[in-house]
Amino acid sequence: MKLAVSALAIAAALALQTTLTAFVRGTAALDFVLIVVVYLALTSGPVTGLVMGGVAGLLQDSLSSGVMGVGGLAKTLVGYLVGRLGTQFIVTAPLPRFLVFIAATVVHAAVFMGLYVLLGLREFPSPYTTVAWQAVGNAFVGVVGFQVLEWLPGFRARRQWRRTARR
Amino acid sequence: MALADIKQRPGLLLGAAVVLHVVLISAQVNTASGLPVLQVVTFGAFAELQRLVTSGIAGIQGLWAGYVDLRGVRDENAALRQALQALQVRLQEERALAQRAEDLRQLLELRQRAELDTTAAEIIAGSASPEFRTVTIDKGTADGLQADMAVLSPAGVVGRLILPSRRAAKVQLLIDRNAAAGAIIERSRAQGVVVGFGPGELRMDYVSATADVKAGDLVVTSGIDGIYPKGFVIGTVESVDRGTATYHEVRVRPAVDFSRLEEVLVVLTPPPARDPAEAADRP
Repeated sequence: MKLAVSALAIAAALALQTTLTAFVRGTAALDFVLIVVVYLALTSGPVTGLVMGGVAGLLQDSLSSGVMGVGGLAKTLVGYLVGRLGTQFIVTAPLPRFLVFIAATVVHAAVFMGLYVLLGLREFPSPYTTVAWQAVGNAFVGVVGFQVLEWLPGFRARRQWRRTARR
Repeated sequence: MALADIKQRPGLLLGAAVVLHVVLISAQVNTASGLPVLQVVTFGAFAELQRLVTSGIAGIQGLWAGYVDLRGVRDENAALRQALQALQVRLQEERALAQRAEDLRQLLELRQRAELDTTAAEIIAGSASPEFRTVTIDKGTADGLQADMAVLSPAGVVGRLILPSRRAAKVQLLIDRNAAAGAIIERSRAQGVVVGFGPGELRMDYVSATADVKAGDLVVTSGIDGIYPKGFVIGTVESVDRGTATYHEVRVRPAVDFSRLEEVLVVLTPPPARDPAEAADRP
């Protein structure tokens, strides 16, 4: 069940990525798939993080024009590292989560761009500004998404409690 | 038992995943020809999902345009009528200018460029990864599309077709870092290669340091790459860094607003065949 929900989340992120970037200006820099991978890694641990990261990255690679496996490897490493971080430290407040999203984006960009440069396939002249904006954007969307997802079950429980109290 | 064992050893799983990815990457980098089957199949399947999502969005947009956005239509109509009248006058002027240009062309016995056979296509999805600049269009091999066909818009060159499936195709935008097109400065005929450079920017490489280039010059396709037809607008020169090197560093502002693309034209006419010596010099 958990696996199915994770797979569904990845598919939804991919659909969001391809749709929003085509129709909404300014969303091209965001990586919704990476956001979902970080979320899954933080909530489910390093194994889920690396498996889902690998699957999501490979799917993203196959839908992009790049080399299959580069994005997969980058997201596998990010999924694993974030999962480990989540098991070692308490990452439940918005600020630590914001920092985790920032770090995850930076690590992802470093591995992704580093591999392309290492293989001599692409150049990334002065990518710092792009990565910085992407990191901030991903972190903002990720933290808001986290808060919303955590708020929903609580909201349901509170409503149920109010109804019971009225009776 | 095995699954529980793996869960206890995530490092082992990470190692295996890394090795798998490295093998996968190595296989592709060493193989020079053909598209990966997995890529074609995944893209084809996902294009259907993108088509579905786009239809939903188009339906919502239609509802919005039909029922909500009707406010102010009368004023807009009047304004449009006035604009139309102005444009009709402008059209007459342009027609006269075009006739004059045509006369001059015939006078100079310039070779008439073959008329391009194009097909219109709608963009149904953007890039799956922010690191790549691609879009998906709603036409594929079933409509006669093939890889390496040029994609244009009324404003100028959009990119080239890189992955066609049966009912959809992926277009690599000219601003993608992997994209390139043979180009010339229209005014001075200085040649170079336009490449994608950063988010939404272009750079013109291999422009000789002695070439006459200045900001505001129009950059058009040269046609030597065998993909893009000759003479189509790429953009305008934004800045020229003359430096001390052998080549100018030329920044080009694209003519096409890639963030607002909705429909494009795919050129079905293959570019004219070039002799082998010229092909060897292809950038």
